[in-house]
Amino acid sequence: MTDRLYDAAGTTAPIATDGDGFVLHDDDRRAILDERDHYEQPQAACIEALKIVQKRHSWVPDAAIAAIAEALGVGVGAVEGVATFYNLIFRQPVGRHVILVCDSSSCFLTGFEELGEALSQRLGIGFGETTKDNRFTLLPTCCLGACDRGPAMMIGDDTFGPIAPDDLSELLEAYP
Amino acid sequence: MATIHVDGNAYDVDGSDNLLHACLSLGLDIPYFCWHPAMGSVGACRQCAVKQYKDENDTQGKIVMSCMTPAADNSWIAIDDDDAKAFRARVVEWLMTYHPHDCPVCAEGGHCHLQDMTVMTGHSQRRYRFTKRTHRNQYLGPFVAHEMNRCINCYRCVRFYNDYAGGTDLGVFGMHNNLYFGRHEEGVLESPFAGNLTEVCPTGVFTDKTHTRHYTRKWDLQYAPSVCHQCAVGCNTSPGERYGSVRRIENRYHGEVNGYFLCDRGRFGYDYINRDDRPRRPEWHDAGVKTLDVDPALDRGADLLRRADRVIGIGSPRASLESNHQLKTLVGENNFSTGIAAAEQACLARMAGIDAAGALATPTPREMESHDAVLVLGEDLHHSAARLGLNVRQAVLGRREELAEERGIPLWNAEAVKTLAQDSYHPLYIAYPSATELDGISAASMRLAPDNIARLGFAIAHEIDAEAPAVDGLDAATQAHAKEIARALLAAERPLVISGGSLESTAILDATDSVVRALARREKNGGLLMVRREANSTGLALMDGKPLERALEQVSLGHADALVVLENDLYERLPQARVDETLDAADGLIVIDHQRTQTWQRANLGLPAASFAETDGTLVNLEGRAQRFYQVYDPRHLRPECRLHAGWRWLDALRASLGRSAGEPLTFAKAVADCAESHPALAGMESAGDHAELPGTLKLARSPHRYSGRTSMRADISVSEPRMPQDPETPFEFSMEGYSGFDRPRRNVPFAWAPGWNSPQAWNKFTDSVGGHLSGGDPGICVAGTVKAASSGYPAANRIPAAFAHQGDRFQLWVLPRLFGGEATSARADAIAERAQTPCLRLSAADARALDAEDGETLTLTAGESRLPLALHIEADLPDGLVTLPAGVMPGAPNGHWVTLDKAPGKTPGKEDG
Amino acid sequence: MMTSIPSNSRLRYKSQLRQPASERLEHTHPLTWRLNDDGSRVGLDEYRQKNGYVGAQNALEQAPDDIIQAMKTANVRGRGGGGFSAGVKWSLTQVGDNLPRGYMVCNADEMEPGTFKDRLLMEQQPHLLIEGMIISARANRSKYGYIFLRGEYVDAARSLSLAIEEAREAGLLGDDVAGSGFDFDISLHTGAGRYICGEETALINSLEGKRANPRAKPPFPGQSGAWGKPTVVNNVETLCNAPAVLQHGAEWYQELSGNLSNDGGTKLYGVSGLVACPGLWELPIGTTGWDILERAGGMREGHTLKTWLPGGGSTGFLLPEHLELPLDFDTVGQYGSRLGTGLLTVVSQRQSLVALLRNLEQFFARESCGWCTPCRDGLPWAAKILQTLEHGEGRPGDIELLQEHAANIGPGLTFCAHAPGAAMPLESAIRHFRADFAAGIVEEDAKGGSAVADGSDTAAAKEEVS
Ligand SMILES: Cc1cc2nc3c(=O)[nH]c(=O)nc-3n(C[C@H](O)[C@H](O)[C@H](O)COP(=O)(O)O)c2cc1C
Ligand code: SF4
Ligand code: FES
Repeated sequence: MTDRLYDAAGTTAPIATDGDGFVLHDDDRRAILDERDHYEQPQAACIEALKIVQKRHSWVPDAAIAAIAEALGVGVGAVEGVATFYNLIFRQPVGRHVILVCDSSSCFLTGFEELGEALSQRLGIGFGETTKDNRFTLLPTCCLGACDRGPAMMIGDDTFGPIAPDDLSELLEAYP
Repeated sequence: MATIHVDGNAYDVDGSDNLLHACLSLGLDIPYFCWHPAMGSVGACRQCAVKQYKDENDTQGKIVMSCMTPAADNSWIAIDDDDAKAFRARVVEWLMTYHPHDCPVCAEGGHCHLQDMTVMTGHSQRRYRFTKRTHRNQYLGPFVAHEMNRCINCYRCVRFYNDYAGGTDLGVFGMHNNLYFGRHEEGVLESPFAGNLTEVCPTGVFTDKTHTRHYTRKWDLQYAPSVCHQCAVGCNTSPGERYGSVRRIENRYHGEVNGYFLCDRGRFGYDYINRDDRPRRPEWHDAGVKTLDVDPALDRGADLLRRADRVIGIGSPRASLESNHQLKTLVGENNFSTGIAAAEQACLARMAGIDAAGALATPTPREMESHDAVLVLGEDLHHSAARLGLNVRQAVLGRREELAEERGIPLWNAEAVKTLAQDSYHPLYIAYPSATELDGISAASMRLAPDNIARLGFAIAHEIDAEAPAVDGLDAATQAHAKEIARALLAAERPLVISGGSLESTAILDATDSVVRALARREKNGGLLMVRREANSTGLALMDGKPLERALEQVSLGHADALVVLENDLYERLPQARVDETLDAADGLIVIDHQRTQTWQRANLGLPAASFAETDGTLVNLEGRAQRFYQVYDPRHLRPECRLHAGWRWLDALRASLGRSAGEPLTFAKAVADCAESHPALAGMESAGDHAELPGTLKLARSPHRYSGRTSMRADISVSEPRMPQDPETPFEFSMEGYSGFDRPRRNVPFAWAPGWNSPQAWNKFTDSVGGHLSGGDPGICVAGTVKAASSGYPAANRIPAAFAHQGDRFQLWVLPRLFGGEATSARADAIAERAQTPCLRLSAADARALDAEDGETLTLTAGESRLPLALHIEADLPDGLVTLPAGVMPGAPNGHWVTLDKAPGKTPGKEDG
Repeated sequence: MMTSIPSNSRLRYKSQLRQPASERLEHTHPLTWRLNDDGSRVGLDEYRQKNGYVGAQNALEQAPDDIIQAMKTANVRGRGGGGFSAGVKWSLTQVGDNLPRGYMVCNADEMEPGTFKDRLLMEQQPHLLIEGMIISARANRSKYGYIFLRGEYVDAARSLSLAIEEAREAGLLGDDVAGSGFDFDISLHTGAGRYICGEETALINSLEGKRANPRAKPPFPGQSGAWGKPTVVNNVETLCNAPAVLQHGAEWYQELSGNLSNDGGTKLYGVSGLVACPGLWELPIGTTGWDILERAGGMREGHTLKTWLPGGGSTGFLLPEHLELPLDFDTVGQYGSRLGTGLLTVVSQRQSLVALLRNLEQFFARESCGWCTPCRDGLPWAAKILQTLEHGEGRPGDIELLQEHAANIGPGLTFCAHAPGAAMPLESAIRHFRADFAAGIVEEDAKGGSAVADGSDTAAAKEEVS
């Protein structure tokens, strides 16, 4: 029995460091500090800070956690706690395009499993994995609020639905 | 007060508690995990479910979490309710779904809260049949081991580590049932209180690595109530022994001193008493080393003393009052030295004077937590008296509780209280040369040279009370700080001033005196606590001995020709040359110690002393509380060849041998009585602890009922079973036979165990109310410290130092206390040595630039004749003109003296420049 | 990144209301009458031309207590799923001279499985929400507002940011809102995923940059919410009802639902699943499921209705016969379910209910914040049992074990309403369709072998809907 579907989005604490020598880009630091001013406490900017770093690097390397903690003046444990809680913060490298396939009930009832299977086949990867050419990462996600046109999925910032397995060629080709 | 009805019985409880706390205080058992008496409720584990009814007529009721429900007057609840019981059994079953059931190989087994709760709820059959997730573990440093698979996700570790103790490097990661409690990356846990995780964690995720190295189950350990010897706070501990070595130190609950928590130096610094190189038989040092039995050793010792014209006795602030007193008796009052260097002793005397004047009372560590403004002058508590750093943190966080009370949020509702207050803190001001761990929650932390700390203190006093002397030529910044601090202290109900001798500056103490006098004149119900360095520094200051230099001088000058040194390494206290000169001049040197120190190596006769675990004694902590530590085990039982004896016993025997009298050997009771009688200031020490119990009553067991293998433990030595060692001196038996219960109030509790409660949570059975005081009274008695008295005038008015001035290419040297490695005995424990950071010297950025020196570069520090090469660490905002060193790297470094630094390669540390 | 999928491609998802403009009138469709048939965004000018910000203008001229009274009389009930009266909630926000002004937080985290209503409002008509927030802020004396938007709603984020800018420039946000002397501004906060962020106290923790664990109540957000300040949290749709109440009056609003329901106003209802024409409609609250399903064109060809969820994955399964019920908070509550978000999910006779349950419980298990034991450790266990049942590998006792789980993760037993939300579909599904679950159990027979239980669908006898 597989737990894959169930745990694919979860991440666990890292054991070793990587990305030593990570430096927060000046623009990113500025953006983070700017974001901080929108809230009563600096920690509130933490999620946005992670997103800012992710935007540049496509994921959040371990060393970025300490850099963000330092920039905001909050504990590194707290930042890592936040970074590993939310499924849209990637703590492992992802491909150029992240595919989020809605696996919740309405899409489940309208063909998520076929869609997921077709995607898997096509890309040669399972959920939670990245294609060898680093082009796509496949992840399941919560109800995308597109239930009237399920099964739905996102590629990057774009939402699509309903998607039949036959639509995939056209769709994926648009993301080089 | 509130009346609650539990399972049909009415009880009076404190209505401000939650139901769980109230019921546990009544002695009722409700299982729980996430709640902790010191940390309040968060309602996460759902284990503490009970049934609550609207009123006596409600038969339906509904399940509530007792920890999240107020113990409101006229509450009706049932613990013994089928629905609640079934739910509680379910909760444990859920918690155990991913638990590995590895009790046989788990270090927590036998004192595990999870085991206790599983049994308490009656869950015994596992229905979960699917795979379990597993985690990888982290290396967390030399103290704490990590086994995440045992985690039941109660969140206690992060709540203690971060919220309670202010750490930032431990966190909870992931979500749903894939949670991970650890560091963001592998590495040493930074908090000096990390060791408490071993007790806070209800299962075996965080365990004591020093214990695991020579592991023994809790039920197989022999315990006695003890007092930590690693600093002056005097936390109560329970050392556990097996096979003649101490296997671990656990917290021993004390309602006023340490509560539930210890610092890591105290918890993990014990291993020096297990060292293989420890002297265990008397030694005669001549051309070589000859070990002796007791009588020949005493004869040689007596001969040596007899030959001498005048014998100087050097006592020790790490030895008991009783031992120091016996030394004083042996050598005579005029020949007795405290063994403390002059500068430190001057501070101790000054502190005793301030305490005696009694402007503000000395709070207990627990009382410190209810002060609402704190001024720290010249101390970095996390290094000099670590446990108090935790108390000050709670005082500062006390502002949250005030706000919560205003808004009707119960104080036990931990997350709500935290959320409401955000970072509103009671004001904390710290003046110290270097950064301190409490800076993060201080209203202001001022990096000042010690003389300027004193000036700031005087200026604050003047702002509080215009009659206090003003400070000439004060710079604007200090003036502004002084005004702000004075305002904050005056605005507070109970301002607390903390100072001490860590920087060896009497000027700071003079300033402290002025501040507290000024506060007293403004009728502030404040407190003053002054930090001393060692376990018995406060006691020694009351014993009237000469400072170490004065005593050595007698020998160097030829006024005396022999020395008896008690549990003291002179090389730790004075420069090598200074000590060598004296010892070279002495005709005889007797050293009594439990460590093979440099001084021991120079002794003619070395007498092996019992350590704190092997004998009884009394210490006075920094609040002036005399506390008794009791012998944990008899070393001769398992190592018949060893000849360890208490310092006081050796000294009495030496005196008897010298007088060729064969009187009764000294009993501990007599040693205590003698000391108390000779020192009016210590008169109270007799009631610091208990001697044998009243006739007819049971003695107290040192080990749990289930202690195993007692009769076979010596089988490798001899199969015939000797009688167990007897202990006529104390209320304890070296055995599991005896009383170990909690229903009869007592203050002497070697280990906490109650039926169904094997974990440290069992302490809650021994207290009058959970988190309160031991039901027989908290142990110890205050002999010194301050009871508030009327004080008048400002005696230090004309001792205001001039402002610190940079002296060209010379630097003022300050030795800063250091938690790990800065205390001589614990530094000899492997785990502490591993934890100690590589020492370095610190300079401001500007000074480093002036020297053209870079971070990490080696500089040679020259202080008089001593030279020390050390790596430079640039601390940007250290005051210019200062150089700081951590304690323990340059013995006898002259605090406050001017030294030079140069980039030329230096000689070995401490070596004379020939 | 640019993509070659054109913006009008049929593959792209676009929020869509099923009612044509001709049907949507100012006096009957307060939420949607301004929307354009082509789905284009209603900008500030257009919004104002269509009587936009009149309600806010009225509110700014009223005392806070009068606004609250109007909301109470109108009986606007929380559209986030709980159905709590917005007026009552607003009256519980603590105000006082020694209390700081707090926050107005809009819950735009829409992640309830089967729910796609707030998205439409935010993408196409962001000013209605901003107007609602101004009214709420005025009533609650909030000093600042946050829209907590789920990160995946990229178009809504764009639309809202633009609207906030427009409103600020027009003096409708910032110091001295519309010359009233009241200051109030709004920031858009986008989330980083996780369903639990929709729970209002978890949402506040997330807004504060923390892990989205819920908070214990009491204290309620109105006493101590974001950063310990009094805080109101309302759903997008709830807030979007306020402008009409303030414009046309409480009685008018209450009347919108006529004699269908005691609750006031209209509701965005919708259907997803194997219906002919899934979608979204603004209808008087209290409209029957039957009526809505009819608008969706009934079940797709070849399918008949087996069961349905009235308002998201955390509501209880209802039977076809329940389609007759008026869909309002109180009525649905009487049938072992909840109205929830009011967006129906239908299940066909040809679909496996056990598989759907497995999917739902995996969802709830995955989205558990991990704070409390029953949810964190109970839901994965239940999901695993369902997985075995789905594969026909269940064991005798599994159904009882599932029921025990459902009973032990109910309201009050867990820390927040997430797990009870998982319990409701589980409990109701077993109650209605026990045989479906029994079919997945391998029975030990007397000879020690095993036989798969008969998988016949007992629910087939239920009324069919075409
Ligand atoms: C697990 C969980 C998820 C929720 N998700 C949402 C959500 O996505 N959007 C929402 O408006 N309310 C959600 N709610 C309800 C909110 O907690 C809260 O009741 C609502 O925002 C209040 O607004 P209302 O009174 O306007 O409905 C959720 C509740 C729970 C327990
Ligand atoms: S029920 Fe418990 S674990 Fe689940 S989401 Fe709520 S607080 Fe978190
Ligand atoms: S002890 Fe009450 S919920 Fe954990």
